[in-house]
Amino acid sequence: MERLRRMLGLMAGDPQADRVVPPTGFTARLTVLSAAAMAFLAVFALAMSLATGRLADRWSQELARTSTLRISAPADQMQAQTRAAVEVLQTTPGVAEARPLTADEQRALLDPWFGPDLPVETLPIPKLVEIVEEGAGYDPAGLRARLQAEVPGAVLDDHGRWRDPLLRAAGRLRLLAGVSMGLIALTMAAMITLAANAALAANAQVIRVLRLVGARDTYIARAFVRRFTLRALSGAAAGTLLGALAVWALPEADVAGGFLTGLGFQGWHWLQPLLIPLLAALVAFFATRQAALRSLKEQS
Amino acid sequence: MIELDSVAYSYGGGELFSSVSLSLAPGSFHFLTGPSGAGKTTLLKLCYGELTATSGHVRLFGRDTRALGRDGIAQLRRRVGVVHQDCQFLDHLPVAENIALPLTVSGRETAPDDLDALLGWVGLRRQAGQLPPELSGGERQRAALARAVIMSPDVILADEPTGNVDWDMSQRLLTLLIELNRLGKTVLIASHDLALIRAAKSEVEVRVLRLKDRRVQAAGAHL
Repeated sequence: MERLRRMLGLMAGDPQADRVVPPTGFTARLTVLSAAAMAFLAVFALAMSLATGRLADRWSQELARTSTLRISAPADQMQAQTRAAVEVLQTTPGVAEARPLTADEQRALLDPWFGPDLPVETLPIPKLVEIVEEGAGYDPAGLRARLQAEVPGAVLDDHGRWRDPLLRAAGRLRLLAGVSMGLIALTMAAMITLAANAALAANAQVIRVLRLVGARDTYIARAFVRRFTLRALSGAAAGTLLGALAVWALPEADVAGGFLTGLGFQGWHWLQPLLIPLLAALVAFFATRQAALRSLKEQS
Repeated sequence: MIELDSVAYSYGGGELFSSVSLSLAPGSFHFLTGPSGAGKTTLLKLCYGELTATSGHVRLFGRDTRALGRDGIAQLRRRVGVVHQDCQFLDHLPVAENIALPLTVSGRETAPDDLDALLGWVGLRRQAGQLPPELSGGERQRAALARAVIMSPDVILADEPTGNVDWDMSQRLLTLLIELNRLGKTVLIASHDLALIRAAKSEVEVRVLRLKDRRVQAAGAHL
């Protein structure tokens, strides 16, 4: 609470105290520029984190509740085996629906490879049955055993074989985005610490004079901390705005691409980048404060 | 006010003082003399807590400076006005703001009338808006003196305040310091300017201390 109060006090400002530190210098530009660049990158990392989150959710929601049964049998037995398989599925706990795909649906699946006029009815291609789960889902091992006994040509594909690696990949991407955000914050803290140290070293005479007239270390540190915090805040605000504009200007995702959901923000997620300048200011506050108090201790 | 009790101070492997004792009584006027390099500036710095004695005790307003943290020293320093030979200012602030700096750092309001009166007292009204690098040596010394007294300190320590100015200006500065002493302020001036000491002796009761052979001695009547 005390820190929050100090932060808010810092924003309210003390113009007179603020004037004791010379206003210009390369450290000002360095801080603003690095905060802007880091905020710009943070917007993309945040966008990636949110996009991979959406991707993972979509994959898990759309695929986790469905599976496919593939029936390969001679043409004269295909219908009987399909019927038997559907009966088995309909009596399996955890299966909400079992529906053989129509010839049109099967043709649509093969369309990307063979074109729209494929005569699926006359070709010896397997019959597909879409299974929709309910509740806790079915027991795949038990279902496979029943199918093997009653429908020998049936192969159950619960999508886990290829869904799980995708979900793992999405999780890793999300983790990478989080790590990137952390690295961005650390880099910004390092840059601001360097800039603050340079400013403190360049203002050694200012510090000597302030001490001579009875200024406490906290007063001197505050003058530097306020300045660097506000610089980081303004730089990060500009970087965030540019980053958000760049994300907004990205091309729309191709809906036909299926899993692609686009890198942009959606809905209330557009508010999340607003946190970046505040976090940048927080990072600058603690980095400068730490640097200033350490430097003042060394100079005493 | 300020008390040094058997104070020793070593610097760079050598001992600058050994067993220095002195006491500045309220309202007293002291000169500290001695050859260049004897340690007059160091002794002054010990007096206002910028340096810490190697051994012995320095008491500032009855409090041992060794037992005080940096904030404690800063707090007590507000009761001590210091004038350096190489007056240091914040070069980006006008003279008036530099003079008001002790009030600023202690969070006190600067009364414009009081500041104007102080500027008039040291003869710097016209230079109030100028930046420190634009001032002459004498003007800088007077600005430093004004800054040293704006908090109405109990003690004024001046390190060679007339070192960089001509005789007329040094007389003017001395007059200001004597006026402060007459207001009850304790004054300690480090100087090797014997003419200045004689001029002061003709106006107020002055005690002259001499730093010699790593000790402080009372100077002889020849001064």
